[in-house]
Amino acid sequence: MSVQIWTFIFIFLTFGLYIGIAIWSRASSTNEFYVAGGGVPPLANGMATAADWMSAASFISMAGLISFLGRDGTFYLMGWTGGYVLLALLLAPYLRKFGKFTVPDFIGDRYYSQSARLIAVFCAIVISFVYVCGQMQGAGIVFSRFLEVDLTVGVVIGMTIVFFYAVLGGMKGITYTQVAQYCVLIFAFMVPAIFISLLMTNNPIPQLGFGSELTEAFGGGYLLDRLDGLSQELGFAVYTEGQKTTQDVFFITAALMFGTAGLPHVIIRFFTVPNVRDARRSAGYALVFIAILYTTAPAVAAFARTNLIDTVNNAEYSEVPEWFTTWESTNLIAFNDKNNDGRIQYVGDPVLNELEVNRDIMVLANPEIAGLPNWVVALVAAGGLAAALSTAAGLLLVISTAVSHDLMKRSLRPDITERQELLYARIAIFVAVLIAGYYGINPPAYVAQVVAFAFGLAAASFFPAIVLGIFQKRMNKEGAIAGMICGFLFTAGYIIYFKFVNPAADNAQGWLFGISPEGIGTLGTLINLTVAITVGRMTDEPPQEVQKIVETIRLPGEAMEH
Amino acid sequence: MSDNNAHSYWKGNLKIVFSLLGIWFFISFVCGILLVDLLDSIRIGGFKLGFWIAQQGSIFVFVILIFIYIRLMDKLDAEYEDSTSPKSTVGEGESE
Repeated sequence: MSVQIWTFIFIFLTFGLYIGIAIWSRASSTNEFYVAGGGVPPLANGMATAADWMSAASFISMAGLISFLGRDGTFYLMGWTGGYVLLALLLAPYLRKFGKFTVPDFIGDRYYSQSARLIAVFCAIVISFVYVCGQMQGAGIVFSRFLEVDLTVGVVIGMTIVFFYAVLGGMKGITYTQVAQYCVLIFAFMVPAIFISLLMTNNPIPQLGFGSELTEAFGGGYLLDRLDGLSQELGFAVYTEGQKTTQDVFFITAALMFGTAGLPHVIIRFFTVPNVRDARRSAGYALVFIAILYTTAPAVAAFARTNLIDTVNNAEYSEVPEWFTTWESTNLIAFNDKNNDGRIQYVGDPVLNELEVNRDIMVLANPEIAGLPNWVVALVAAGGLAAALSTAAGLLLVISTAVSHDLMKRSLRPDITERQELLYARIAIFVAVLIAGYYGINPPAYVAQVVAFAFGLAAASFFPAIVLGIFQKRMNKEGAIAGMICGFLFTAGYIIYFKFVNPAADNAQGWLFGISPEGIGTLGTLINLTVAITVGRMTDEPPQEVQKIVETIRLPGEAMEH
Repeated sequence: MSDNNAHSYWKGNLKIVFSLLGIWFFISFVCGILLVDLLDSIRIGGFKLGFWIAQQGSIFVFVILIFIYIRLMDKLDAEYEDSTSPKSTVGEGESE
């Protein structure tokens, strides 16, 4: 059977499953819509968190990014996993004890201030929107490549599915579809990885194959040594050595970690478990499920890179394998025979290099490059869609709750009934799906750049405000608001300046202390902390009842009522 | 009394959190970034040690850290609940 038929079968089956779950898990109260009734078992929440977290970027792009960055790709790996240690130790248990629905809820109540709540609503919506557009685009790419439908049709199909289970089921529907999506995406990522590891090193575990010797067919010797050798020979950077400065890698890693711990769609997942102990446990499970993919990705990166160089360099263009021509038609790979010798020269020198390779191809085309069966190739499509849709749904829920709960119920229209609030939540998610879909079809040219935004802003706004709210009883609204505003403005200003106002200066000489815009969130976090603590010291301490609440969330015991 | 317990519980909690974060910082930022070139001079099989920590080892350590945290906090919670439960069985023993 052809790849396309297999793809249809997989997508049909998985989408049928998601819709079935949506019908089974309709939400009937705001409690169910916002936090799935607060009764999700920790293991299920761990899987849902992992799917929520691992986006189209993790699934489709990350291994490819690493395979072109080599050791510098480390900041994605450590940054996007190390943040879970912060989340588990500094945030999740206390926020669960606090027992609210949303992140702006915590900020607003802890800092006894409507202004703080509204700033948090603004940050949550900006961060989530930036992120969700990328997901819709990821879904569109998968559809257009694997089903050969128009990108617009692809995005509309994806939107309809997300809309269906998010509007019907809210957090409850999203949670259980995410559990299913995790299973689909991890299976789809691991099967090709295991195949390619077996093929190249005879070792079925990619994490071990990564450090093993290649089989004779691939030239023998340790994989990484061979990759270093090939890279050097062709004039690319040595794979296992870094090119970026140490301080830049340091700052980017920290920004991704703080950002991970401050992203609202991840934080709210910990409101759905029954109690504080389960919140800790589900953070642990979540990282295990994430680590399965994240420790495999660098191995896939090295395998794919070696295989690509081996296959294409100096190959006769007329004799290239079939996948080469299929991917050429999507413009993800482009050959320009500069010296007219009919062979592909793939080298580091931009003047002589004849092949442009899009990073996304490393995961999407990896099974084809390795000559794996058609059903494995098709599986990748289902996995990519699961990753994109699960993350999109989590983000849309943040936007919807920020509008219906924090903006309407807690700020503008406190007298609305639960039924009306639920209706507002559904309308908000509907509008959010439409806007996200629009940007999925007409992606803003700067999608890649704005992702740095989401992490930097989450790091510089939410993370310090929440941590101080828990660990500093003395922290008051003046400090927290001043900190959030300074952190947010500094980070946003820095990124906007280098990405949009003056892109020409976006290089190590132009940067402040050699920190790239991707890493500036770390400095934003520090500025937020410093400003918050200084202003907090100079102004009145928070009211007694707020200090009492802080004492309560620090102690074990039943979580407060939602 | 209960205030005292709450105070010592929070102190115990902070101790656990900050020791584990110390390890977190050491493995990721110190070994994986600052000392990575130095550690690369050590080889284990097909891996340079620094490279391996940066791309694989640190992630395994993160997972282990969270599970150690879960265990230590369960223990601390149990101690706290023992000391604050109103019907403490201590001293009521029928044993000689």
